[in-house]
Amino acid sequence: MIRVQNITKRFGNYPALHGIDLEIQPGEFIALLGPSGSGKTTLLRIIAGLEFQDEGQVYFNGDDVSDIPVGKRNVGFVFQQYALFRHMTVADNIAFGLTVRKARRRPAKAEIKARAEELLRVVQLEGLGQRYPGQLSGGQRQRVALARALAIEPGLLLLDEPFGALDAKVRKDLRRWLRDLHKQMGLTSIFVTHDQEEALELADRVVVMDHGRIDQIGTPEQVYMEPATAFVSHFVGETNRLPDGRHIRPHDFEITATGSDRVIVDNVFRKGGSWRVEGRLTETDTIVEIDVDAHEAPPTIGETVTIAARRARTFSSAGDR
Amino acid sequence: MKRQSPSTESSTESRTAQILLIALALAFLAFFLMLPLIAVFSEALKQGLAPFLDAVSNPDALSAIRLTLIIAAISVPLNMVFGLAASWAITKFSFPGKNLLLTLIDLPFSVSPVVSGLIFVLLFGAQGLLGPWLSAHGLKIIFAVPGIILATVFITFPFVARELIPLMMEQGKDDEEAALSLGASGWQTFWHVTLPNIRWGLLYGVLLCNARAMGEFGAVSVVSGHIRGETNTMPLHVEILYNEYDFVGAFAVASLLAALALVTLVLKTVLEWRFDLHSGARH
Repeated sequence: MIRVQNITKRFGNYPALHGIDLEIQPGEFIALLGPSGSGKTTLLRIIAGLEFQDEGQVYFNGDDVSDIPVGKRNVGFVFQQYALFRHMTVADNIAFGLTVRKARRRPAKAEIKARAEELLRVVQLEGLGQRYPGQLSGGQRQRVALARALAIEPGLLLLDEPFGALDAKVRKDLRRWLRDLHKQMGLTSIFVTHDQEEALELADRVVVMDHGRIDQIGTPEQVYMEPATAFVSHFVGETNRLPDGRHIRPHDFEITATGSDRVIVDNVFRKGGSWRVEGRLTETDTIVEIDVDAHEAPPTIGETVTIAARRARTFSSAGDR
Repeated sequence: MKRQSPSTESSTESRTAQILLIALALAFLAFFLMLPLIAVFSEALKQGLAPFLDAVSNPDALSAIRLTLIIAAISVPLNMVFGLAASWAITKFSFPGKNLLLTLIDLPFSVSPVVSGLIFVLLFGAQGLLGPWLSAHGLKIIFAVPGIILATVFITFPFVARELIPLMMEQGKDDEEAALSLGASGWQTFWHVTLPNIRWGLLYGVLLCNARAMGEFGAVSVVSGHIRGETNTMPLHVEILYNEYDFVGAFAVASLLAALALVTLVLKTVLEWRFDLHSGARH
């Protein structure tokens, strides 16, 4: 179990994290989700031991590792830009963590070679061991970086924006593949992302962060359906914020004659499996977005319709930072 | 068609400008670089090969060559280590006084070499700050080899660091962190990751550093004392011979220095080519 207790970190005068508490169970796949500057990467790096907290503790399986540097924490870290050693072959990159071990802990040469081969198979790059990183595509490099991190049999796998540098299609394939790998190998993993879709799709639990604090920890379902703060409601999924303080998701609106709010329709277009209607509340000119089921006829542009909310949330101002 | 004519015109104009600029640059190079270079070699060989070889194998000349090689052999490795350490500190860590350190590294470039030499005279000379203590202990720095080494190390300090800092800045510290996270020690990380990443830049810096260490005149002239056969380096020897109207001798030794410059230039070009190839492959 990984436990993070009351972590605080400043960079000069800039407070990066305040009082972060987090517990991660073995086998969990955790997403640290937040906008840039939310402190998610700093938290990941502190858990890794690449950065050190000003206050607070980090425990791995009950051991206080707060002051232990990254090399002794037995964590696998995958960098956003992969950080592959460009002068080494793919196989040497993967074997690096084993070859630098002290002689008495280092496996025999043949064993290291076999292990690298096996990991190449795991990440589906068989036969590319003698290539150099510069000769691989982005997705392949990412998998080499992952194999290299896995070679040391880490107790915890940490990934910093693992799909950030990839194009959309590769990203999607790699995501699914990573999720399967995580399950197969029984890893405990934490990844950082600013992409809510990625977090909701991959993670067992999502940690939503903003301004160096955790706003909510929950399953993707909980975070989406029961956002704890206005920030979470806006950052995870889309939300209309009405002048009266209600937060309503586009698909929680319905266009109905018995509705209470009048809306002038500005635009209608297809969005995935439904219609997206953009309009303005007649009273306050607030822009609202409404989803209409694809099987129904959407309103026409310029029309005035009335809408009702099937479900709305309000947040106390304390949670509404 | 008419609409296109201004752009065609401007492109012919820019082509004329291009040719003009290239011609100007070449003329400048020919006049200020090639001509003197040719002059050096032709003056050196004016009276044939024998006087040239005599001048170069004269005991004083040999002693100057030996001293120059010794100075370079000591100051270049020192500055390689200092330069690496400074670049490492500046690019991989953040600490108070970092900008000051950056400025200080450039100091030898911005101070006149003669002033640099004088600083050492003021510090270590007989009338200098540490002079009495040094002479009490029988140590001689000014007008001796240690002084020349000190001055040379000071003058050539920026070359390696200036070459490495932008390179290491651009590379960031992800690679090092990756190595550390995989359990490598600091030394292993340096040896297996950092050094291969910077090897061409480092070699290039060392090359420039060496060229300057062998060619430095001003600072060395102040601290050397010009003792023939003892504290004369090649550039100082050239000056002495020239002042004695021994033109063949002066130009013969000078041609050795010029040859060094040419070799440096060729190596630098080769390195840049390899360097481009190398950085091209990683993107």
